[in-house]
Amino acid sequence: MTWVNVVVQGVLLGAVYALFACGLSLMFGVMRIINLAHGDLAVVGAYLVWLVADKAHVSPFVALIAALPVMLIAGYILHVALLGRSLRGGPLVPLLTTFGLAIAIQNTLQEAFSPDVRSLGAAAGWIATASWRISGGLAISWFGVLILAVAVAVLGGLDWFLRRTGLGREMRATAQDPDAARLVGIDARAVYARATAIAVATAALAGAFLAIRSTFEPLSGPTQLIFAFEAVVIGGFGSLWGTLFGGIVLGVAQTIGGHIDPQYSMLAGHLVFLAVLASPRGRTLAARSAWT
Amino acid sequence: MTLLAVEGLDAHHGLLHAVRGVSLAIAEGDKLALVGANGAGKTTLLRTLAGAHPASAGVVRFDGADITVLPAHRRVALGIALVPEGRRLFPDMTVLENLLVAGRRARPGPWTVDTVLDAFPLLRPLRDRRAAALSGGEQQATAIGRALMTNPRLLLLDEVSLGLAPRAVDTVYESLARLIATGATVILVEQDLGRGLAIADRVVCLLEGRIVLEGAAAELTRERVTEAYFGLRGPGGQP
Amino acid sequence: MTQAIETEAARYAVRRWSRLSRISLTAVGAVVLALALVPLALSTYATEQLTQLLILVILAAMWNALAGYGGLISIGQQAFLGFGAYATIVLTQRGVPPYLAIALAALAAGGLAAPVSILVLRLRGGQFAIGMWVVAEVLALLIALIPSVGGGTGVSLTGLNVHAPADRQAYTYWLTLGFAVGLLGLVFAVLRSPAGAALQAIRDDEAAAASLGVRVEASKRLVFVLAAFGCGAAGALTLANTLFIQPRSIFGVQWTAYMIFMVLVGGLGSFEGPLLGAVAFFAIQHWFAHLGAWYLIGLGLTAIGFALVLPRGIWGWLEHRLDLRLFPLGHRLERTERTGAPPERS
Repeated sequence: MTWVNVVVQGVLLGAVYALFACGLSLMFGVMRIINLAHGDLAVVGAYLVWLVADKAHVSPFVALIAALPVMLIAGYILHVALLGRSLRGGPLVPLLTTFGLAIAIQNTLQEAFSPDVRSLGAAAGWIATASWRISGGLAISWFGVLILAVAVAVLGGLDWFLRRTGLGREMRATAQDPDAARLVGIDARAVYARATAIAVATAALAGAFLAIRSTFEPLSGPTQLIFAFEAVVIGGFGSLWGTLFGGIVLGVAQTIGGHIDPQYSMLAGHLVFLAVLASPRGRTLAARSAWT
Repeated sequence: MTLLAVEGLDAHHGLLHAVRGVSLAIAEGDKLALVGANGAGKTTLLRTLAGAHPASAGVVRFDGADITVLPAHRRVALGIALVPEGRRLFPDMTVLENLLVAGRRARPGPWTVDTVLDAFPLLRPLRDRRAAALSGGEQQATAIGRALMTNPRLLLLDEVSLGLAPRAVDTVYESLARLIATGATVILVEQDLGRGLAIADRVVCLLEGRIVLEGAAAELTRERVTEAYFGLRGPGGQP
Repeated sequence: MTQAIETEAARYAVRRWSRLSRISLTAVGAVVLALALVPLALSTYATEQLTQLLILVILAAMWNALAGYGGLISIGQQAFLGFGAYATIVLTQRGVPPYLAIALAALAAGGLAAPVSILVLRLRGGQFAIGMWVVAEVLALLIALIPSVGGGTGVSLTGLNVHAPADRQAYTYWLTLGFAVGLLGLVFAVLRSPAGAALQAIRDDEAAAASLGVRVEASKRLVFVLAAFGCGAAGALTLANTLFIQPRSIFGVQWTAYMIFMVLVGGLGSFEGPLLGAVAFFAIQHWFAHLGAWYLIGLGLTAIGFALVLPRGIWGWLEHRLDLRLFPLGHRLERTERTGAPPERS
């Protein structure tokens, strides 16, 4: 029975990774940028929620609702002020810019908030720890299910946005051919800024959930970036639902590895990633680039 | 009424001087054929007029307003639409989506999805097909329809016959002729001289970025145009 | 007709060396000689500092070779730094003399790079960057599981205790100097060779290079292995210099941050740039490292600034403004006098 429990925990963990990953995947699909500061932006979101929850004495969930629009706008500004410029420099410049940004964010957080490890779990109340005991060896946490539901909703919402709305169509068109998009009246720069805004907002959402579910500190970003990246590679670039699949595979790999020995959990995830890379599917990775 | 006025336009591709001091004027309702050999600068000129390529010098005026540094998407809002060389449809979007995305920020006007599909009836059954799965002729029709969705006042067409089978070209030109009969203002780049001369009322020939011949289509013989095309005569007409 | 072409051809020659580059190369020789004398002339502390500087020079040159010439941005070179250091530990634990172990460890890092490249070179751009980071993380995790090399808490290099501290520092310094000069010479040689031209073509336009018959995969693999070898040496030499390593620090991503900073500030894609960047970084680290987090914030912001505003770095800017080429790495067309002799081959 415990193995079933392990897999279920893995699926729920995978939902967190999928939430982290969808913003990374969106930015890559639309702009061909791997945002190396993605994980750190998620941590900024976590700190913002913590700050609001602390100062306004509200539950983190309420604080999150206030924080999301702020992060949305912050993402838009980030693109207009920084990333948009870096796009014009060629493929290397955005990587270097976002790497510098990551370093700057991590250390600013460290200065502003001290290196202490924190958690929002306590502030979130009963839902953070409540679980639904199905049998002797199987317990499903309410919060895990909530995250899974949110992840599915976010991915579904994003999918609907891209396929069914005018703005979403513009985003897909710009992703496939920015030059032709401009020729039909699309302001490519605004599209990119919107994509960045959405990516940062989903990152903040993921960061807040991570903070409630476990812990966070100023240097938590890079680890989440790596997991997000692995989830996208396993699930396949250019597919939103693939991101969910990849996240779940990664989560399950980690929990199975961790069950064998706690030291093996992250390693197991990395090895699955490398295995996917080594597989025939991995050979076609470089070819896949367009966002559909 | 001058719709488009170009004065001394220059454009570069890196160090290559692709468009050299081009000046011309288009009035409402004009149909201009832009001809010239490969590399003469026709596509660069069209793209510079559409705002997809920066001008290094010179002025472009649309309806009297200076639009030389205006970005492409803003020119579409003013009424300039380019059907780019090679169609450049959005490959993973359907025909309908290609049309819708162009129509989203369109100027008010007669062109809607329905009227576009009326103008290109072959597209009706293909509404939900992915653009990448279309034949050359179908793609060209979609590309023209997509440009029309923006309700342009000036339509720029770049090599619509390129890479198409003769039958497909016939179909495209039939629709074009009907379009042009409605009084559209058009600049058409066309390597097929016969087609170009048949549809246009004015001809401009480019050679190495410069205008070497200009005149009414009815008055110019194919021979004169061919000579200018290949640079067999000097700009003044001397061999 | 032929006559006119021949005399036309005699008026131009392709040159690689110029007077300035000849002077520079002689100056470099003098500098290397002076550097070799440092342990005999300066204090142990100064020697240790210069060893650090030389290690930074190696790292900057290697990252530049990867990114500036191979077009491969890696944020995981610390994988090879750590591997070189830990390979040295393993070898000395088996009785290999430490300084020999360092050289062998560097070679081992290069050897590891070959199979790793098969995996990671499937990725492009940002995917490759993070992919390398994952490789570094995997290595760090695997090594932390091995108790005989200290696990997560770290391990010391004991074999060097046979020497007195001053001697040990001197030997470490000379080995580092040897590696630095050797690696720079290797990069120089590769860049002057057809492989170097191939690399620059790939960096500028991969598809165009491939269509001209450039063997893209093989060229990238070459520079990847070379960079791994250099980073492995740097890691092993860092171990010799500090005598103690931990997985978290030797496999940490801050090494990449340093490399990126040095190359961006100095000049990406030039030979002289990384040298300038290493010196600049060394000075900055010396003055500002005590500021802790603010120092790193400054590094990050400076990197962003250079990436956006001055992507060719300080050297690139100087080169551009002054039309300067210190090292004979390019080809120049020079007008010669009509001699009637056939034009020189380069």
